[in-house]
Amino acid sequence: MATALHKPKGQGGEGGDDAPVAVHLDHVSKSFGRPGKQQLVLDDITLDVAPGEFVTLLGASGCGKSTLLNLTAGLDAASAGTITVPGGRPALMFQDHALFPWLTAGKNIELALRLRGVPQGERRAEAERLLTLVRLSGAHGKRVHELSGGMRQRVALARALAQDSQLLLMDEPFAALDAITRDVLHEELTRIWRETGVSILFVTHNVREAVRLAQRVVLLSSRPGRVVHEWRVDIEQPRRIEDTAVSALSVEITERLREEIRRHGQQ
Amino acid sequence: MASSETREKGSEDLAGLEAGLDALETPATTPERPPVGRILVSKVLPPVVAIVLVLAIWQGAYWADVKRDDALPSPLDVGDEFAEMWRQGTLFEYIWTSVSRGVLGFVIAVAVGTPLGLIVARVKVVRAAIGPVLTGLQSLPSIAWVPAAIIWFGLTNSTIYAVVLLGAVPSIANGIVSGVDQIPPLYLRAGRMLGASGLTSVRHVLLPAALPGYLAGLKQGWAFSWRSLMAAELIVQSPSLGTGLGQLMDGYRAMQNMSGVLATIILILVVGVAIDLLFFSPLERRVLRGRGLLARTT
Repeated sequence: MATALHKPKGQGGEGGDDAPVAVHLDHVSKSFGRPGKQQLVLDDITLDVAPGEFVTLLGASGCGKSTLLNLTAGLDAASAGTITVPGGRPALMFQDHALFPWLTAGKNIELALRLRGVPQGERRAEAERLLTLVRLSGAHGKRVHELSGGMRQRVALARALAQDSQLLLMDEPFAALDAITRDVLHEELTRIWRETGVSILFVTHNVREAVRLAQRVVLLSSRPGRVVHEWRVDIEQPRRIEDTAVSALSVEITERLREEIRRHGQQ
Repeated sequence: MASSETREKGSEDLAGLEAGLDALETPATTPERPPVGRILVSKVLPPVVAIVLVLAIWQGAYWADVKRDDALPSPLDVGDEFAEMWRQGTLFEYIWTSVSRGVLGFVIAVAVGTPLGLIVARVKVVRAAIGPVLTGLQSLPSIAWVPAAIIWFGLTNSTIYAVVLLGAVPSIANGIVSGVDQIPPLYLRAGRMLGASGLTSVRHVLLPAALPGYLAGLKQGWAFSWRSLMAAELIVQSPSLGTGLGQLMDGYRAMQNMSGVLATIILILVVGVAIDLLFFSPLERRVLRGRGLLARTT
């Protein structure tokens, strides 16, 4: 079976285990290319994200992080294994904000609401509520190009939340931002995650970012991507990226990541 | 713990911090419209100077007797011809006949070319089959269709519209094809993630995303409509048809009236440019500016 099952809400998560899950990846593999000349990108990935959990996927280039998110999002089909998303179609946030430039910030969110089936009369108020959640209450009528990089990503986050999905997939959403803005957005994302209770699967190649945000960090090897190790992050929130506990765990994870990368040079 | 207290305070201050960042990163003032005087100097003066120069060279050539006076009249003679048309009260009738034909032909071309372009852009087989033909047709002079159209439809308005359509449809269809091709794939993926598929995706993502390229195609489509129309009107003449600018010009040629021929050429040029300047350019600028693709020229 090579399908992503996006089940409607309320059917529970029978993802093989008894415990409910936000997403369940069961022995998922993905290869690209023609039969015979195939390249394995993801090798036998098994991973669960619990409801309300924040998990970061960490890996060097070529570990197939983005491929994994695309599979989970249903934008691509797995070569083997199954992906179960009990809460229905997940929301996906890209590295590039991917906001539509022909719409204002508010209308971008209203389009997401409309496609979700929210009645016309309620869209405006709901869009305002989401903009307030990302602290952009005055930005409804602003064009995308009139917003700064950080503001665009916050509108993109509000648009993703407008889908009212149980699972939010984030593909290096802060990688293109400057360090100060990224730091503030880490704090915002943590706050919004706690306020909404959404489950987050967050892909990054930034070790400190992974530790700063997540409850659990999953390290992937490269070519093909395999789950190498995972760490539970028991550091109390709110955290800061410069906290000693964050630094200490980052050092440990970085060592392991380097080991993985070195292996590729020896082959 | 002292550090935890600072953190609580810090989290309360996050809103203020964020507002500060937003303020720093957004331009303090939006660029203002330049004063009218500057617009006159930078936008209006250059074309006026260019026109005056052309008239001066023309007048010079007339004085130098490059050609006989009846073959090369002076700008003033052509001006008199305009005055004559004005006095007869037929000037606007001629222009209106041509413009209404051109606009109607263009509208039909849009109605045909748009779905055709969408299908060519989105259906691979259709693209392979007729994409190259469509591009090839664009380089075929529309006057080449006139003999065929006359055989099919005789000396009627149908012939004129057939030539206009064959000239304009390919460029409008090609416009939307290139508009669709230029859409960043990210928009289509984002649309899919938001739940847009099929016709919903075409309406909310594909069409608006392709709009800049489509508008460029429409603009070119109008130019082709107008050109094809003039070619058709020059040749397709019949008392039962109204007199458009092309027929007017051929009438002047028959009477060896060079001033009239030149006056009509100027009219054709002015109408074509005016429709572009008054309709297509403002529309295109508005769309591009709304998307931040065009900085306000200062």
